[in-house]
Amino acid sequence: MSLTDHDVKNIAHLARLELTEEQLPVYVDSLSKIFDFVAQLDAADTASVEPMAHPLADQVQRMRPDEVLDSDQHAKYQRNAPRVEADLYLVPKVIE
Amino acid sequence: MTELHHLTLAELNEGLRARRFSSVELTRHFLARIERLNPALNALITVTAEQALAAAHRADELLASGEAGALAGLPLVHKDIFCTDGVLTTCGSRMLSNFVAPYDATIVEKLSQSGVVMLGKANMDEFAMGSSNETSFYGPVKNPWDLKKVPGGSSGGSAAAVAARLAPVATATDTGGSIRQPAALTGLTGLKPTYGRVSRYGMIAFASSLDQAGTLTYTAKDAALVLRDMAGFDPRDSTSVDTPVPDYLATLDQPLAGLKIGLLKEFFEGGLEESTAKLIREALQVYERLGAKLVEVSLPNLPLSVPTYYVVAPAECSSNLSRFDGVRFGYRCENPKDLVDMYKRSRGEGFGAEVKRRIMTGTYVLSAGYYDAYYLRAQKVRRLITDDFARAFQQVDVLMGPTSPTPAFDIGAKVDDPITMYLNDIYTIGANLAGLPALSIPCGTVGGLPVGLQIIGPHFAEAKLLNVAHGYQNETPWHRAIPKGYE
Repeated sequence: MSLTDHDVKNIAHLARLELTEEQLPVYVDSLSKIFDFVAQLDAADTASVEPMAHPLADQVQRMRPDEVLDSDQHAKYQRNAPRVEADLYLVPKVIE
Repeated sequence: MTELHHLTLAELNEGLRARRFSSVELTRHFLARIERLNPALNALITVTAEQALAAAHRADELLASGEAGALAGLPLVHKDIFCTDGVLTTCGSRMLSNFVAPYDATIVEKLSQSGVVMLGKANMDEFAMGSSNETSFYGPVKNPWDLKKVPGGSSGGSAAAVAARLAPVATATDTGGSIRQPAALTGLTGLKPTYGRVSRYGMIAFASSLDQAGTLTYTAKDAALVLRDMAGFDPRDSTSVDTPVPDYLATLDQPLAGLKIGLLKEFFEGGLEESTAKLIREALQVYERLGAKLVEVSLPNLPLSVPTYYVVAPAECSSNLSRFDGVRFGYRCENPKDLVDMYKRSRGEGFGAEVKRRIMTGTYVLSAGYYDAYYLRAQKVRRLITDDFARAFQQVDVLMGPTSPTPAFDIGAKVDDPITMYLNDIYTIGANLAGLPALSIPCGTVGGLPVGLQIIGPHFAEAKLLNVAHGYQNETPWHRAIPKGYE
């Protein structure tokens, strides 16, 4: 399949990725090739096959009791934040 | 004279316990090698020398008092995908180039409790996406067997560090072959355990239904020693499996007479180089001499494993990497004009080319209108492949074949063609899709470059795999080979 510039710009927008003008044709080409490559899967007969979400049969994700286990470590965690003020994460203004 | 870096991990462990040398001496020895040899290899992103010497002092005290853990005093390198409290944890990405992890991954914590001494953090493909360690923000890692060649990926820094004798063991992760392929390309023993055997908590997620942590070592015995303390149930990983960890060392020496080895027909077809195939056949003859029986088996859906993987893994990656938003941690662009601009430019500038490619692949296959055609279909084919493996294991104990179709290739050779790069993992991806344990052991060299034999087992058969690998290593010298210039 052949993706267009418009398709790739749309995918990049959905993924919240800024692409440069130089990057765009590279991704149009390589993503088109990848989707051609994975189209091999169309050859498999999957009509009566259940999709597999977990690699081990009979394993389900466990639930745990809804209890607080962690202590408050926000000061430590916020050391990695690009911008913090008054213990809050700062982002550009969202509401005018 | 035998130097400390000529010894296997098990031998170093004996030496420490017999007080033939101290952990501080051992740690200084490897730190000196790192200082001298790492600049040309680029295997490590961070060296934690001070912390290592402090840990070594503590280990020596514990060894003297007789209260030491099973791995006390042994130096180790962690792949930079594992969170290490207070230490830079980059995942090979600009996105995390300023990230100091606020906690330890479970395996880091467990191995510290056993007494290991962390020497540093290993370079890797960005977010573990790559098969050549060329996608790292920190630059490519060189293969110690030939500095013009790649060490494999994504655990290329871990592999190069151990192969160059900068550390006797490294942790690593394997989502589509990222432990086994670098092990093959650098002449090491690389073990990817069963999905769920080792905790993924604190291991930066790439594809959550495929990722598994393991080891790069010289021998199967070394891998057994480390896995024993690394594996086990972890309530903090919801996919961790609650099943006892056997003593992998106890069963290493079981005889291999009567072992049924399945030869994967599909592995000997296609892109396999004849010189690699020849070494694999010679390795199989060693097993025949040990009394094993060879049976040809066919996994008809296995050729679909690469396309299946390149739907499932990017889908999970696009979801996992959505957490990198420039708000709470990681890279943020300069002067964002609004929130969407901040997300887009932080991610566009913070992620490298291959990571962006996989995020977009995943975004597309999960998007409305395409989900059934790609993602759901791939999950169905994944079951067909898993069922093929299950049928094979009704006939045989283990499956064998090559780890990689060729030995190490030139740096830069495949970097512009993602499909060619993806096909490097043609023999390794099946085990990830089916959640199976698998390992690669060195079985000879072609033109001075190592070749790996892959052994795949049923779920939770790590003890059997290690036993089978150990039997071969008792008969062969390959795991003892040291690249020229690193003796």
